[in-house]
Amino acid sequence: MRQFLLFFLIVATGITFVSRLFYLQVLNSSTHNLYEDNAIRKVFDYPKRGFVYDRNGELLVANQPSYDVMIIPREVKPLDTLEFCSLLKITKEQFIKTYDKAYHYSPRLPSVFVAHLSKEDYAVLQEKMRKFEGFYIQKRLLRDYQTSIGANVLGFIAEVNPGQIEKNPYYKMGDLIGKQGVELSYEEELRGVKGIKFIQKDRFNRDIGPYKDGKFDTLPKQGKDITITIDAALQEYGEILMQNKHGGIVAIEPSTGEILTLISAPTYNPNLLVGRKRSRNYTQLYNDTINRPLIDRSLQRMHEPGSPFKTLIALAALQEHAIVPEGTVTCTGAYHYGGRRPMGCHCGGGSRDLTRGIAKSCNSYFANAFRKTIGKYNDASHAMDVWSDHIKSFGLGNFLGYDLPIGQPGNIPNGAYYDKWYPDFKWGATTIISNSIGQGEVLVTPIQLANMTAAIANRGFYYTPHIIKDIENQEIDPKYKEIHHTTIDKKYFEPVIQGLNDVYNYGTASFLKVPGIEICGKTGTAENFAKVEGERVQLTDHGIFIAFAPKDDPKIAIAVFVENGYYGARWAGRIASLMIEKYIKGEVTLKQMEKMVLEKSLEEEYAKPYAGKPFTINDGAKVQGLHLKADNDQTN
Amino acid sequence: MIRQTDRNFKFDWITIIIFLLLVGFGWLNILSASHSGETIEYLDFSKSYGKQLLFILLTFVLIVMILSIEAKFYERFASIIYLASMLSLAGLFIFGKNVNGATSWYGIGGMTFQPSEFAKAATALAVAKYLSDLQTDIKTFKGQLQAFAILVVPAILILLQNDAGSTLVYGSFIFVFYREGLPHQYLTLLISTVVMSILSLKFGGVVASIIAITLILTYHFTRKKKPVLIKSLLAILACTILSFGVQFFYENVLKAHQKDRISLWLRLEKDPDKIAEMRRDILYNLYESEKAIRSGGLSGRGFLEGTRTTGKFVPEQHTDYIFSTVGEEWGFMGTVTVVILFVLLLLRVLHLAELQKSQFSRVYGYSVASIIFFHFLINIGMVMGLIPTIGIPLPFFSYGGSSLWGFTILLFIFIKLDSNRINEW
Repeated sequence: MRQFLLFFLIVATGITFVSRLFYLQVLNSSTHNLYEDNAIRKVFDYPKRGFVYDRNGELLVANQPSYDVMIIPREVKPLDTLEFCSLLKITKEQFIKTYDKAYHYSPRLPSVFVAHLSKEDYAVLQEKMRKFEGFYIQKRLLRDYQTSIGANVLGFIAEVNPGQIEKNPYYKMGDLIGKQGVELSYEEELRGVKGIKFIQKDRFNRDIGPYKDGKFDTLPKQGKDITITIDAALQEYGEILMQNKHGGIVAIEPSTGEILTLISAPTYNPNLLVGRKRSRNYTQLYNDTINRPLIDRSLQRMHEPGSPFKTLIALAALQEHAIVPEGTVTCTGAYHYGGRRPMGCHCGGGSRDLTRGIAKSCNSYFANAFRKTIGKYNDASHAMDVWSDHIKSFGLGNFLGYDLPIGQPGNIPNGAYYDKWYPDFKWGATTIISNSIGQGEVLVTPIQLANMTAAIANRGFYYTPHIIKDIENQEIDPKYKEIHHTTIDKKYFEPVIQGLNDVYNYGTASFLKVPGIEICGKTGTAENFAKVEGERVQLTDHGIFIAFAPKDDPKIAIAVFVENGYYGARWAGRIASLMIEKYIKGEVTLKQMEKMVLEKSLEEEYAKPYAGKPFTINDGAKVQGLHLKADNDQTN
Repeated sequence: MIRQTDRNFKFDWITIIIFLLLVGFGWLNILSASHSGETIEYLDFSKSYGKQLLFILLTFVLIVMILSIEAKFYERFASIIYLASMLSLAGLFIFGKNVNGATSWYGIGGMTFQPSEFAKAATALAVAKYLSDLQTDIKTFKGQLQAFAILVVPAILILLQNDAGSTLVYGSFIFVFYREGLPHQYLTLLISTVVMSILSLKFGGVVASIIAITLILTYHFTRKKKPVLIKSLLAILACTILSFGVQFFYENVLKAHQKDRISLWLRLEKDPDKIAEMRRDILYNLYESEKAIRSGGLSGRGFLEGTRTTGKFVPEQHTDYIFSTVGEEWGFMGTVTVVILFVLLLLRVLHLAELQKSQFSRVYGYSVASIIFFHFLINIGMVMGLIPTIGIPLPFFSYGGSSLWGFTILLFIFIKLDSNRINEW
């Protein structure tokens, strides 16, 4: 017995140790990750973020150095706070508050103490920095906007948030990431790849030297410069024209799908979202609920297309052989159907063929065309599906697939849509006749309208609109070179395009002619209902205008949407004509028209519902309660 | 002539091979722990690994010397070796050099020499010599007193030099005495003292006393043959005094860092913030060594690949915490190999000790196993957080010439004694 005590203890100890080791090293082992190893310091080398140029090579976005004062709380030694605060231009209270916050975050890890020092402050501080242990200056690159336009297109960069870090481990706390616009869409190309150095630390947090002689270190990869399709001059001109107005302008080059301008008004100066004041300015822009400058109206504003939609009604009807271009409808000033209240028409009345119908925007003509298209099939639901497919082939009713991060799908109803709406009784063309004049359930965004215009200008096809023109040493996504054919045969476009041309010749936009340019266009107006303090009120109509030019070799297709702009030709049409002249001729000769647009402010119009007083809309017309009228198309 | 050749090589090669494996693997880990990324110069004596290599080379000279001395010499001169060793310990009070708060070193030129590492072997010889004396009877009180006296001398001398860890090593001789006939009451007393101490520290003197009284009374009244009442009452009194005494000792005698180690081990502190702070500050070594071992995983990070080792995150890693380097760089495979090597070595020594013909050799072999076992238990137990921090080296493994030579002498004297047994056949 006595011989076995020690023997037994030795074996028991061996077993205990092996079990404990098994628990520590096998069951509970912390798998090694170089990035999480606190014995290794990671030093990132941030590459230059790519520049952004416009289609003519004009530099829009560059970089500027910025200096952050960083703190490692545990390493801070007693210091002359008074001097330090005055160098940093902060108060002692701020110093204490920021210090506590940094300490609370981590005593060992660096936090930003004061962000974005000016170059002058940096110069002064740099010399004295060695006096303040635990603090150091980190250089970062911020965006430097060479322009004050295109904020909605260019977007902005800001620090990554924890959610993004979790999703993509490339990003570390404090990294900058594109948050909107091309900065977001082309984040990976623009940002490049940061380099990393692993440095072995000892337990006193001192650097010993490169980990494994720098075997795992990587060099930064510079960000790529990109060229965007925007024409900065045209963009700037459009933004000026849209001052004091709310709305959007989208211009596309039909032969490529390149977006020439993407204007959202009101907008802001992109320089507001750079540097030390970024967060305050952003909050201010975010909280501006009346102007809502952070909303991109050209991409996100869904609205009824109004009369420009009649072009598609005609094309679908022609394709379905429901009408022939020469066929006429006699307009009596109203379209009567199904014993219900007639749909009014303001075209002036008379015999309308296709071309004149478009030129004069005759409601009766298109109501008839739509009714015949749907009536072609016995089953209204099926007919609606056929019609819906034709319309959707113009890029409406769904996300277009462009390379900007935001958007709206719009809406093009199909058979199922109305079957759901009217489950109990049969519906037919007359039930949904409002669609024939671009109202009812049809919803589009300005960029969809512009793309639709480009497809008409191309006589039946379009390229997915895109903002990217060129990436340094890299092909752009081939999907932007793919042709999308509409379901309408090319031959049906000519009479419609002639009609659009006649809109300028003798139709609803005859006073918007641009000398020397054959423009095809279409006016549009959409009723405008808004909820003000919980009540549905009618406000002045939205003005809409689409156009392309020149007629036979289209260089630009444009859609203009002016909130509360009243009838389409009034402001939207004028702006479209000016934009087309500016783009094609490079200068504007219609000085009178330009002056009118520049001087017109719609601010008063936007303020009306908030003034708390009774008001009139559409230049004096009294609002008759909350009636719904189908015959809103006042002048077109 | 043939017989003569045989004699020289009839050593227990199993033990020698395990010894070589431990020393060799130990050196690789010392290299890792003391190397911080520069090119390795094996004979650079400014580096720990370079010095240790020199110590190892000199160890072989030492081994040859030990093995060539006649076995009888160790028995005959045991008392003189013991006396010399005690003098070298006592001499520290005059000539000693203070390192890290302990006066355990002689400084000779650039080298230091730690006599307490050699005192273990000397004490083992003295104990073997005393117990193998025909006149000694460990079953008598006088015999026990004298045997303990042999241990108490070096223990006190070392304690006075402020090296509590090395003092505790002499407690391991209890196994030797027990093997040689020490009444089992001593072991019972030792175990109940340890248990009572832990109970009273953990739950307080009152609870511990109540538990002890209940147990003793249950024992007293359930035994068929009634134990003497006065004995039971004395036992109760002793337990009560002990449980409050331990608390007093803990509160008033122990130094702050010793208190903290025990407090953390027994989880006496309840405030989580305080615990976190203690773990960071006092148990920093343990915290870091556990982390290093964990990060090794099944197969380790690879030789010279451990970041916590390279970064010297574990203080004293090449000495007392060398096992954490094994853990980080060699993983579970490496640590289990080391544990198995030690277990095999200990069992082999134990087995050989039992085979000895002479009592002197058997007692000495038992002492060797007990001492190495104690170091193995305390050091690895501590590095893994199973035992409160007690700073003693891992035999053959930890950095340090004195420690390496001390253990080599201890082990190889036994190998020599053992070879003598073989030769006697």
